[in-house]
Amino acid sequence: MKGNEAIAHAAIRCGTDGYFGYPITPQSEIIETLAALKPWETTGMVVLQAESEVASINMIYGGAGAGKRVLTSSSSPGVALMQEGISYMAGAELPGVFVNVQRGGPGLGTIQPSQSDYFQATRGGGNGDYNVIVLAPSSVQEMADFVDLAFELAFKYRNPAMILSDGVIGQMMEKVVLPPIKPRRTEEEIRKECPWASIGRTPDRKPNIITSLELKPEVMEQRNLHLQEKYRQIRENEVRFETQQCDDADYIIVSFGSAARIGEKAVELAREDGLKAGLFRPVTLWPFPSRQLAELCKGKKGVLVSEINAGQMVQDVRLAVNGALPVEHFGRLGGIVPDPEEIVAALKETLVK
Amino acid sequence: MANNIISPENLVYKKPALMNDTTMHYCPGCSHGVVHKLVAEVIEEMGMSDKAVGVCPVGCAVFAYRYLDIDWQEAPHGRAPAVATGIKRLWPDRLVFTYQGDGDLACIGTAETIHALNRGENIPIIFINNAIYGMTGGQMAPTTLIGQKTATCPYGRDPELHGYNLNITELASHLKGTCFVTRQSVDSVASINKAKRAIRKAFEASMQGKGSSLVEIVSTCNSGWKLTPVKANEWMRENMFPEYEKGDLKDTTGL
Amino acid sequence: MKKEIIISGFGGQGVLSMGKILAYSGLMEDKEITWMPAYGPEQRGGTANVTVIVSDERISSPILSKYDVAIVLNQPSLDKFEPKVKPGGILIYDGYGVFNPPTRKDISVYRVDAMDKAAEMKNAKVFNMIVLGGLLKVCPVVSTDGLKKALFKSLPERHHNLIPLNMQAVEEGMKIIEQQ
Repeated sequence: MKGNEAIAHAAIRCGTDGYFGYPITPQSEIIETLAALKPWETTGMVVLQAESEVASINMIYGGAGAGKRVLTSSSSPGVALMQEGISYMAGAELPGVFVNVQRGGPGLGTIQPSQSDYFQATRGGGNGDYNVIVLAPSSVQEMADFVDLAFELAFKYRNPAMILSDGVIGQMMEKVVLPPIKPRRTEEEIRKECPWASIGRTPDRKPNIITSLELKPEVMEQRNLHLQEKYRQIRENEVRFETQQCDDADYIIVSFGSAARIGEKAVELAREDGLKAGLFRPVTLWPFPSRQLAELCKGKKGVLVSEINAGQMVQDVRLAVNGALPVEHFGRLGGIVPDPEEIVAALKETLVK
Repeated sequence: MANNIISPENLVYKKPALMNDTTMHYCPGCSHGVVHKLVAEVIEEMGMSDKAVGVCPVGCAVFAYRYLDIDWQEAPHGRAPAVATGIKRLWPDRLVFTYQGDGDLACIGTAETIHALNRGENIPIIFINNAIYGMTGGQMAPTTLIGQKTATCPYGRDPELHGYNLNITELASHLKGTCFVTRQSVDSVASINKAKRAIRKAFEASMQGKGSSLVEIVSTCNSGWKLTPVKANEWMRENMFPEYEKGDLKDTTGL
Repeated sequence: MKKEIIISGFGGQGVLSMGKILAYSGLMEDKEITWMPAYGPEQRGGTANVTVIVSDERISSPILSKYDVAIVLNQPSLDKFEPKVKPGGILIYDGYGVFNPPTRKDISVYRVDAMDKAAEMKNAKVFNMIVLGGLLKVCPVVSTDGLKKALFKSLPERHHNLIPLNMQAVEEGMKIIEQQ
């Protein structure tokens, strides 16, 4: 099935309580598949087409604030519209999940694939000092697997989590094994897991207030410090990455998402050419596997960061290796997806010489 | 002898149990305090204290959650109807309502308001219309009257320059999803009683799944209007009521 | 075994669905597959193409610059993809849609007059299945059994009555494909 369809199937199977979204290419199959599958008749999952991305992210805010597993999806321009709500969710510490099936920008841009929302995703994206957990699937299987993983991480840390995909992974069909079925949580389970949820004050507790507002700067600073401590723990515990043929490699290609699939082929082609290349793929883009990458790069000759943008993740790679070896960037823009041969050529041109 | 009158059977008025003792940040004379009390009374009388979830706006009522001892969510500016939609769809047996001002509901959140109402979400919306932005210091609101002076229309609202005021409640009464659309005030004991009955009807209708309700409370902002509370009430009766006519605009609840 | 295939033609010729059936057939035979369309307005006319990879092993990139097999159903597709067939690879074209035939000598070129055959069968919709039959004759990336299973699996039940016709079209394709 398509990556977008996999998201929809996985959402139903992993006990999602609600999906709220607004159609936009190249991810409309997510809401279309959900509408066709009618999960409200089986698991009781709510599916609602909102009036805008602004509304859908706020429905997510409301649902997450009420302790539910809620999901939305969009593509780049729509995700830009959602940033207000995402910032509020980070501020109020709410565990929602959102999917960005990226397309090229800026502005209305193109409906073709891109990875140009890396900065927006990994730097927060809205106002304030915050981060969302960012998972970058590189296969249809991971589209399916990351829905539950994103929810688990979101609830574990009471923090929004994003699946940063793109038009390639969303539109591509591959073999996929759907995740096991998890029932939706009962009210008791929700009360236990989310004692903070705003779902009606029982006499044994004080009112639960979901808010990101605090006008006293001393208190607000403490709240921010609390968030920063949480982010430190996430950086400590939740880094995920994959490597291929790095052990004997002289050159490392660093790519995420669909670009990592192309990078994998580039490694094959480079090795056929006698060039010892390996692939490093960050799975979590935030937290970024900085320490792990720096460690792996020891003794290597150079790094080529190949991404479908003008050079975004390359900044994180340079920060990670901190000048220890040359780091170059290769990318295509505007909806053009690079092919593996271009990457090998770029590797030779910029690093091997 | 005097102490004898303080006994339960002589009690004629008490603060609703859901209202706590936090000192309100509202200006003396503001309508918000009265409407808060009515909401608290209605929730209590319906026996819904443990099922109520309020969604408060950005604006003067941003701190509504400090005063009523129920669960709350504080929404981004204008998005309360979307936030409430999320909660209500996922917890249909909860009493989920929004409490919003004119800037929040009729300006930045017009889309969310119209669409939530039109979808017939089972959500009552309490709408405080005082024709001005109170929280930010008295700027023009979508409901500011023609000729009315504010910090951003200091020479009076001029349609040529600022456009017209928006009667969003009239608009709401034409939407298929609404079951109860009414306009009330809280400037006299009689009007307070009527406003309370309207809030009760809207809340009941939402729990019976009859659709969305909009309860506009035409209100004063004596600080923003730069009038004494008494004068503000007079100004409201003279200027607001002719433009924002009180009464039920739509009622298909059968309640 | 790994075959990297591009199918390209006009929108409405069944390019994407042909790729889908091929991918499903691979799936039925427990192979790894990817199906990557050039998506967007192409689906509503204009040129459409889809990359299908069928492999016994893990597939890396779903996006390629060189192909083992190119199936081209109109002239623009031929112009675009003839140079991208790997030396020793296969190019299949429909004689109706192509007026300047391929010229490369280092690849095997086949012609399948599927448009004419579909007209003869009085069913334009089986066009893509005829082409697919041609492919399976010269490059048996999946078996006809696998293909049949894929049709049963991927078509809604109400269309299962059309499967014999489709399988007949596949056989016709196998018969009429000719090396150039």
